[in-house]
Amino acid sequence: MTETPKPIAALADTGPTAPPRSQWRDVWDQFRSHRGALIGSVVLILIIAAVFLGPLVWPYDATFIDIRARNQGPSWAHPFGTDQLGRDTLARMMAGGQTSIAVGLTAMLLALVLGSLVGVLAGFFRRLDGPLMRLTDLFLSLPLLPLLLVMVLLFRESLNGVFGPETGIFILIVVAIGVTSWMPTARIVRGDVLALKEREFILAARSIGTTNFGLITRHILPNVMSPIMVSATLGIANAIITESALSFLGLGFPPDFPTWGRLLNDAVQYLQDYPERVFWPGLGISLTVLSINYMGDGLRDALDPRIRGR
Amino acid sequence: MLTYTIRRFVLAIPTLLFISLVIFLLLELAPGDPMAQVPLTVPPEVKEKMRLALGLGDPTHIRFGKWMWQFFVVEPMTFIDWLFGTAWAEGQQRVLSWQFRSPVMDVIVQRMPQTLWVVAMSYVVGILIALPIGIYSAYRQYSVFDQTGTFVTMVGYSVPPFFSGVLVIVIFSVQLGWLPSIYDTTLVVVDWATFKQQLMQMVMPVMVLALQTTAQISRFMRASMLDNLNQDYVRTARAKGLSEWSVVMVHVLRNSMIPVITVIALGVPSIFGGAIITEQIFKVNGLGQLLITAIEANDLPMVQTVTFMIAVLIVFFNIVADVLYGVFDPRIRYD
Repeated sequence: MTETPKPIAALADTGPTAPPRSQWRDVWDQFRSHRGALIGSVVLILIIAAVFLGPLVWPYDATFIDIRARNQGPSWAHPFGTDQLGRDTLARMMAGGQTSIAVGLTAMLLALVLGSLVGVLAGFFRRLDGPLMRLTDLFLSLPLLPLLLVMVLLFRESLNGVFGPETGIFILIVVAIGVTSWMPTARIVRGDVLALKEREFILAARSIGTTNFGLITRHILPNVMSPIMVSATLGIANAIITESALSFLGLGFPPDFPTWGRLLNDAVQYLQDYPERVFWPGLGISLTVLSINYMGDGLRDALDPRIRGR
Repeated sequence: MLTYTIRRFVLAIPTLLFISLVIFLLLELAPGDPMAQVPLTVPPEVKEKMRLALGLGDPTHIRFGKWMWQFFVVEPMTFIDWLFGTAWAEGQQRVLSWQFRSPVMDVIVQRMPQTLWVVAMSYVVGILIALPIGIYSAYRQYSVFDQTGTFVTMVGYSVPPFFSGVLVIVIFSVQLGWLPSIYDTTLVVVDWATFKQQLMQMVMPVMVLALQTTAQISRFMRASMLDNLNQDYVRTARAKGLSEWSVVMVHVLRNSMIPVITVIALGVPSIFGGAIITEQIFKVNGLGQLLITAIEANDLPMVQTVTFMIAVLIVFFNIVADVLYGVFDPRIRYD
C-alpha cells in the first residue's frame, strides 16, 4: 500500500480572507469614487431637504400677500426679497421646488413604467417586437415640444373642471411628459432583454416550468434594473426641464401656483426693473438638473461591471 | 445604398401620413372655438355662417382629406406657379390661417428667414466650437483643460435655454447695455452700420442656442475620440513615424467623426424645437413664435401645418443620419 500523496500546500483551501461583499456594496464603492456624482447627490439631497422641510420652519406662506412689503430687495426678513405682490420669494422658491420636483419624479415614474413595459414586451415576445418598435419609432418622430404645448392647451380646461385647477394641471403635465418621454427607455430595455433571453439561466428557469410572467418578474426585470435606473435619473432632469419650459411659456401651472419655471416667467416680466429676480428660480432649476446629471453619470459608471473594479 | 435610401423614403410616407392624422385628431379635440373672439353682438346665425366659411361644416374625415389635398397638392402647385409663372393652382383653395385670413404658407415663408438665420447660424457656431473642444479634451484626457471642458459642457447641458437666455439679457442688455435684448426683424442690411446692428442683435440668441449644441456635440466628440485613441491602428500609425498631427487629425479624427456626423444630423430638427423657447425670450418673430401665437389664438390650420412641417424635418433628418452613417462607415452594410 502506497502512502497517500500529501496535498499541495498552494492548492489547499483556506478560509476567505475578506468578508463577502454584496454587489450593491461594490456599486456604492465605485459610485463613491466618482467625485462629481458624490457632490451631485449631496447637493440634490440638500435641495430636496430644503424644499420639503424648509416650509416647516419658515414663517411665511408662499401665497401670503403683504402689499406694503412689495418689490423689496434681500433683507433679514426676506433673504431672497419679495415679489410685486409682497410675497416672500424664499417661500415661493420652496413651494415651487416642491411642485417641480414632484412633477419630475411622477413623470419619470410614468415614463419608466411605460418604457419598461414596452421594452420588456417587445424584447420578450417576438410577435410584439415589430409593432411595438414601429410605435416607438413613430413617437420618436413626433415633434414633442409643439405637441406638448397643444396637449396642455387642449385639455387644460376639461381636466380643470374635473379635478380642480391644481390637481388637474398636475395630472395633465405629468401625463403629457410621461407619454412623450418613454421611448429611449423602451429601446434600451428591449436591447438588453433580447440579449438576456438567450442566456442559459433563462433556459434553465423555463425548463423547470416557470411561466412567462414569472420569468419576466423574477429573472428578466432584476437584470435590466441598471439601465432602467440610469434612464430614471436622466428622466427626472428631463421632466423638470420640460415642465419649467411649459410654465415659462405660460402654458403650465396657473400663476398663483408657483413652480420654478412659473417664477422665472413672472420674473422675466420685471426684467428691466428687478433683474436679480430671475436668478433664484433659474439657479434652482439649473442646480437640480446639473446634480441629477452628474448622479446619472456616476450611476452609469457604477452599474457597469466592466468599469467597476478598475 | 441607393435602394436602401429609396426604401427608407418610401417607408417614411405612411409614417408621415399617420403623424399628420395624429396631429389632426388631437387638434380635432380642441375645445376652443375659433369664433370666441367675435363680438357677442353678432347673431348666432351669422356666426354659424362664418363657421361654415372657415370650412368647419364638414365631418372630420372630409376636412382631413381636404387639408391633405391642400397641403400636398395645392401648395406645391402654388410654389411651382410662383417659380415659373404658370397658373396651375388658379382658383384652388389653399390652406388658410384663421387668424391672418391669408394662406398659411405665405405667413410661414415670411417667418422662415428669421428662424433660419438665428437657428442655422447658432448650429454652425455651436459645431465649430464643439469639435476642437472635444478633440483636445480627449487628446489630453484628465488634464486641466479636459476637466474644465467637461464641467463647462455639463453645465451647458444642464442650464435650460430659458434661464441662460434670460441671464445673458440681464448681463449684456440690462447691466452692461452692450447688446439689444429684442430682435428687430424689420432691420434691412444696407450698409456697414446696419450690418453691425444685425450682428449685435444676433449675438445673444445665437450664443444661447449654440451653448446647447456645443455641450451635446463636444461630449459626443470627446467620447468618440477616446474610443479610437486606444485602438491598434493608432499605435501602428505612430510606429510608422507619422507626425502626431496627422495621427490625431487625420487617422483618429476621421474615424471618430462617423458617429458625430449622425448626431449632428439628428440634432437639426430638435434645434427647431429649442428655437421655440429662444425666439420667445428674444422676441424673434420666427416660426416658433408663430406656433405659440397660433396655439394661443386657436388657429388650428396654422398649428397643424407648422407642427407637421417639423415632423417632416425630424423624419427627413433621421433618414439622412442613417444614410450618412452608411456612406461614411464602410463596415455598415444596409443591403
